[in-house]
Amino acid sequence: MTKEKSVGIVETKYFTFAEHSHELRLESGKTLGPITLAYETYGELNKEKTNAILVAHALSGDAHAAGFHKDDKDPGWWDTMIGPGRALDTDKYFVICSNIIGGCKGSTGPSSVNPKTNKPYALDFPIITIADMVKAQAHLIDHLGIKKLLCVIGGSMGGMQVLQWVASFPERVKSAIPIATAAKHSPQQIAFDEVGRQAVMADPAWNEGNYYDTGVKPERGLAVARMIGHITYMSDKSMEEKFSRRLKEKAYSFKFTTDFEVEGYLRYRGDNFVKRFDANSYLYITKAMDYIDLSGDKLLPKGKHADVGFLVIAFKSDWLYPSYQSQDIVRQLKIKGLDATYCEIDSAYGHDSFLMEVDEETHLIKHFLNKAFRT
Amino acid sequence: MDRDSIRLDHRIIYQTVEPGSKVLDLGCGDGELMLLLAREKNVKVQGIEIDDEAIYKCVEKGLSVFHGDIDSGLVEYPDKSFDYVILNQSMQQVKKADFVIQEGLRVGKKLIVGLPNFAHLKARSRLFFRGKVPITKSLPYHWYDTPNLHFLAISDFKDYCADRNITILNAYYLGDKKVLRFRPNLFALNAIFVLTK
Repeated sequence: MTKEKSVGIVETKYFTFAEHSHELRLESGKTLGPITLAYETYGELNKEKTNAILVAHALSGDAHAAGFHKDDKDPGWWDTMIGPGRALDTDKYFVICSNIIGGCKGSTGPSSVNPKTNKPYALDFPIITIADMVKAQAHLIDHLGIKKLLCVIGGSMGGMQVLQWVASFPERVKSAIPIATAAKHSPQQIAFDEVGRQAVMADPAWNEGNYYDTGVKPERGLAVARMIGHITYMSDKSMEEKFSRRLKEKAYSFKFTTDFEVEGYLRYRGDNFVKRFDANSYLYITKAMDYIDLSGDKLLPKGKHADVGFLVIAFKSDWLYPSYQSQDIVRQLKIKGLDATYCEIDSAYGHDSFLMEVDEETHLIKHFLNKAFRT
Repeated sequence: MDRDSIRLDHRIIYQTVEPGSKVLDLGCGDGELMLLLAREKNVKVQGIEIDDEAIYKCVEKGLSVFHGDIDSGLVEYPDKSFDYVILNQSMQQVKKADFVIQEGLRVGKKLIVGLPNFAHLKARSRLFFRGKVPITKSLPYHWYDTPNLHFLAISDFKDYCADRNITILNAYYLGDKKVLRFRPNLFALNAIFVLTK
């Protein structure tokens, strides 16, 4: 990846709203405010304000989707997709990505300071849902002066936000690209999330969520949660290709140290994750994913009009969000008479495929957006 | 539009479909026919296709497609939600041809079926004189790599329609380059039926 072809050096911006008496009413009935959203934009908003694309990130993502932060050597998490000439072509489109509420990358979440107590919220932070995340994003879109988005796009939990945008604000979305996602979490998906949460909460350092001033974070618990997550993001085939049964040393150690490369990889990913992610955020965000249910009539309630074009993408090797869940989404859209294209891409990387540089995915998105922008 | 550059079967289907109608193309391939209908007749068209590469080509053309097989049915579509359902050169490749035809007739007001004729003169002579399985212009495959699962003659399909109480509104018999009228079961390579129930 060269810096010339990317959007170049970018900076995260911040937008604060829901202050004083204007707190955001959440799906749970509780309120939250003030709320800060961290966001980045790439490209230029056109005069008619018709070229805005909102990118929604997944569980561990953030607002930094493309380009480079000053002095960073790694680009944003979807840099292969966003940039001049890329599928989300920043020469044509104005691309926005914001960190979700409940997150820990600049937007208000459980690790933010509660203005009422001047201490981090911890578990005083209200439970948030995907609908709440989207409601907050809508405030940012208002702030940017955009009435209707050309497209909302995202994978995994990002895809749930895409669906939620259509459910909550059908008149504000022209086209939607949910990728490797589901309209509702299956028991299996909830189960994996719960194991992750239990891992965090079983760590004594978690301390009922109050670890921000104790000097010890529930790192072991969060690392285990992340390790489980990583297994579910890969496929049997991609793990075989990546690690096989290769050993770190020449022979078995006959100890409980890391013998296999796959063990080393998971530990490395787990340990890395705890440096950049807040354990309480992990609890809140996974809960939000478990709560979503836009199945059946809930995606587009009767009487609610929507004229949104869809591109729904699934990956054959994704067993965490199997393609039948994407097909269920498309079925609902067809029943409602919405225009939808569905494709199951034959990629071996499992759920992670949507983040990889998969040519087919790029191709589909690029041409679909071309058409959405033209018409 | 250069009429001669369009495949004969596509030309006939194109002439059959009313402007501005709603169409579902089952086994739409790379979307050539859908593009023709959308562009020239302002038809609202969507397709279902199982081949990955064909899907990418459809999206390139700006067409709406569903990646999947048609054997599992069309449950998501209410009755008569399309003016036409097209099943051109794909019926012989589905597992449950009868079911797919019935589904097509349920969701479409009219069903257009295009099929290769197994009883073409060349096929008959190859079988009769050479004792070999037919290979013709409309059935160009060897036995070991054919996508076709069902082999039928024009007359077989007419019998089927009569058995199932399907009305044949129109039938077109296709030679290599033009439409035929004389003894189609012997001379036509392909046939296109416009059906309703």
